[in-house]
Amino acid sequence: MRRSAIVTREIDPAALMAEVQSTEFGAISLFAGTVRDTNDGRSVTAIDYSAYTSMAESELERILAEAQDRFGVMAIVVEHRVGGLALGDVSVAIVAAHVHRAPALDCTRFVIEEIKKRVPIWKREHYADGGREWVDPTASGVATT
Amino acid sequence: MSTVTVQLFASYAESFGGSTLKIPLDPGSTVGDLVHSIRSLPGAYVLPESPRVAVNRRFASFDQVVDSQDEVALIPPVAGG
Repeated sequence: MRRSAIVTREIDPAALMAEVQSTEFGAISLFAGTVRDTNDGRSVTAIDYSAYTSMAESELERILAEAQDRFGVMAIVVEHRVGGLALGDVSVAIVAAHVHRAPALDCTRFVIEEIKKRVPIWKREHYADGGREWVDPTASGVATT
Repeated sequence: MSTVTVQLFASYAESFGGSTLKIPLDPGSTVGDLVHSIRSLPGAYVLPESPRVAVNRRFASFDQVVDSQDEVALIPPVAGG
């Protein structure tokens, strides 16, 4: 099975793990991206995420299909949140289940890296100094999660 | 000549001052032609050398033909995760 969604509510990683739980699996890998308090030397207070939702959902589905082909994972679920997020909030969660650990781990890594390259989602950081800016990974070369 | 609606998001929507652009389109125009037209508009300073464009919710190459019925979007540098 596979499922992906852009959501406006809080993400519950434990619920995603429960969704793929099965006694046939020996491994469930979970990746959760969270909002941290600094980026590129600036103090971050919050992040607004926005998306081209219809394309983001299509692109997520394509990534998951590729991931299943590539790693043979039997179940994979992804949720990415949009809207205003506070420090520590989960912005994205990925769970992948497999009989063995290596494909499950590799799969979650693949999915988050592909999300960062090709899913039309953007974030605007709010800073402690009152400023706010759209994050452009292509401009700074600084990893942001 | 027809027109195509180009959706804008995030930093591009701010720079162009709106969520859509209406761009005149000759028959047989390509994504590259479209980008060339957009470059003449105020706000286009925000565009990189080769901006990413989506047609019908898929990333498109500059030589892809586009028409007025297509769902077209200019995609700013993505920053999900």
